[in-house]
Amino acid sequence: MKSVIQQFKEQSRVITKDLRHRNLIQTALGKYEIKRDEKKAAFQSWSSARQAAAEIKWEAINHLDKHLPDFVRRLEARGTVVHWATTAETARDIILKIVRDQKARSIIKSKAMTAEEIHLNDALEHEGFEVVESDLGEYIVQLRKEAPYHIVFPAMHLTRGDISELFTRELGSAPTDNPEELTMIARRALRQKYVTADVGITGANFAIAETGMISITENEGNARLTAALPKVMISLLGIEKVLPRMEDLALFLPMLATAGAGQALTCYNSLYGGPRQPGESDGPEQYHVVLLDNRRTELLADAEQRDALHCIRCGACLNVCPIYRNVGGHTYGTTYSGPIGSVITPHLRGLQEWKHLSFASSLCGACTEACPVKIDLHHHLLQNRRNSAHEKPSVIEKITFKIAGFVMNRPGLYAVVKKLARLFQPLHKLVKGTRLDPAYAWTQSRDLPTLPAESFKDWWKKNK
Amino acid sequence: MMYPKVGISMVRILERLGHKVEYPEDLVCCGQPAFNSGYWDESRSVAGKVLGRLKDAEAVVIASGSCGAMLRVFYPDLFAKTPQAQEAKALSAKSYEFSDFLVNRLGVTDVGARFPARVTFHDGCHGLRELGNKKAPRALLAGVRDLELVEMKDAETCCGFGGTFAAKFPMISTAMGEVKCASAFATGAEYIVSNDSSCLMQVQGLLSRQGSPVKTIHLAEILAQS
Repeated sequence: MKSVIQQFKEQSRVITKDLRHRNLIQTALGKYEIKRDEKKAAFQSWSSARQAAAEIKWEAINHLDKHLPDFVRRLEARGTVVHWATTAETARDIILKIVRDQKARSIIKSKAMTAEEIHLNDALEHEGFEVVESDLGEYIVQLRKEAPYHIVFPAMHLTRGDISELFTRELGSAPTDNPEELTMIARRALRQKYVTADVGITGANFAIAETGMISITENEGNARLTAALPKVMISLLGIEKVLPRMEDLALFLPMLATAGAGQALTCYNSLYGGPRQPGESDGPEQYHVVLLDNRRTELLADAEQRDALHCIRCGACLNVCPIYRNVGGHTYGTTYSGPIGSVITPHLRGLQEWKHLSFASSLCGACTEACPVKIDLHHHLLQNRRNSAHEKPSVIEKITFKIAGFVMNRPGLYAVVKKLARLFQPLHKLVKGTRLDPAYAWTQSRDLPTLPAESFKDWWKKNK
Repeated sequence: MMYPKVGISMVRILERLGHKVEYPEDLVCCGQPAFNSGYWDESRSVAGKVLGRLKDAEAVVIASGSCGAMLRVFYPDLFAKTPQAQEAKALSAKSYEFSDFLVNRLGVTDVGARFPARVTFHDGCHGLRELGNKKAPRALLAGVRDLELVEMKDAETCCGFGGTFAAKFPMISTAMGEVKCASAFATGAEYIVSNDSSCLMQVQGLLSRQGSPVKTIHLAEILAQS
């Protein structure tokens, strides 16, 4: 089997040449940028808002030992069953048990990256349960048997034509490229599923410690139906989702909408605090909350990169990342793509196997600049590089840098190397751009500058 | 090494402004390639020499936002908890990227240059985001006679160079460069200007391969024209 780095390299080689993909993504994200900037301008001060959000998340994460138990105690007080899952496997087992105990057949699900992280749908389907994604984008990629392309826009890589073809093939609908008609086709299919589902599974955007409530942000109303109609509701969330106070939402809801989708607020923002209470007319009979660690506590123990747990999964760093914009979401081969994925995947799934993502960056810092909670993303990539080289250095690179350092610290030797380079330069023409070219990585697509006849040092010696 | 004209231009401008320029001939590299690749010990062996040689300078001026960021921002990290931590901080405080030095330290925006051309400016990422230096190069370009600056849409988007990244992931790097070039072409500029030779090497490498008539030029080279 190919290693994940080979897959990444091969896929990125193919997709970066795909101009249709490039134009599609650049255009979609270009539109996002315009909307985002409009909405950012509505903040009195975006930079103060970012600072405030970063401080609130800092407080939440650095005092998780207080906020998380507070959150759980208050949820439990209203009859919610809270489950603690150390690993992805435990989380899957917990959810499978709840579903089996209900003798459920079909499950409706709203968007949850945490569920992608633990491969929940595969596990449920493997056990014979039907799971239907209710978020339109997620529904589309589910029909295509694909992972989400983006943590916020799962089907961003598809055109209306692609979606129409898919619906015709999978749902038997008449072809159309009218977005409203396409939405209605999905809506008709999904409405049936809400009514017949025995269990509804959601994610969470925030977990409010002060009140013991879960906050869900969405645009389609599908999460509300997922939560309201089935008898049993399950919410799966990472332990880092905690916010200390209800009033924090006043900042985080507009911030998430602005950074994530260029919206002032998303269409629906709902809070869930427990199963149906005595005297209430609706809501699920049972409410389960599954709290997932899955190595988040290891990231918590890393003082240098702990702020990566501030992430509110808005996707802003993906949207501005020139790597993401050229290789697209699927190439990463991870649940979380883009800069945040490159930072946290080595922590969640192993540094040596996933370190290449930290090297697949020009360290331009656009991600850090865009992050609404001020995660020091591109510097964390540098730290991952340092940690991986420290833990398991590449012999070739280490020797190369040692020799380079040795030469550069000896001016006489450096001068000789420079002379040799000038001497051999004419020969380079013979192999330029071929596989024999030692600079092939560069010259296969770009020209190299020619070494100047007179270096700066030569000039300096002559003129000073 | 590759672009002597940049250094020569910088020396001429600084001398024209009445400053005494020294050039430590035995310094070659700031250590960034090893640093960015994760080999901090190897980086320190090169950077340590830089610290020692520049100890007595009043100010250190660097013709690159990237190398400038290395001295200014990353040396303190690289030497943290080492005996040279103080030296690294001291060097950081007096290190300037060239345009930052002219505008913010010397208060100069007009160096008496003339360059009759339509140009667009590419913000090198390190200069822009590590050093926060967006305005100085533009203020200097505004002071150049007969020069027309047309901003491109994605001036702040990375050109795709990224040091060893360009060799480790050549096709991603190339795609990024193509996006950059397309953005620059849309302005109709004859020159793509930057204050970072490494970005210009990437962009020029693509332009030459495509046979494009658009040229790249370092900000210092423009400022030295009269």
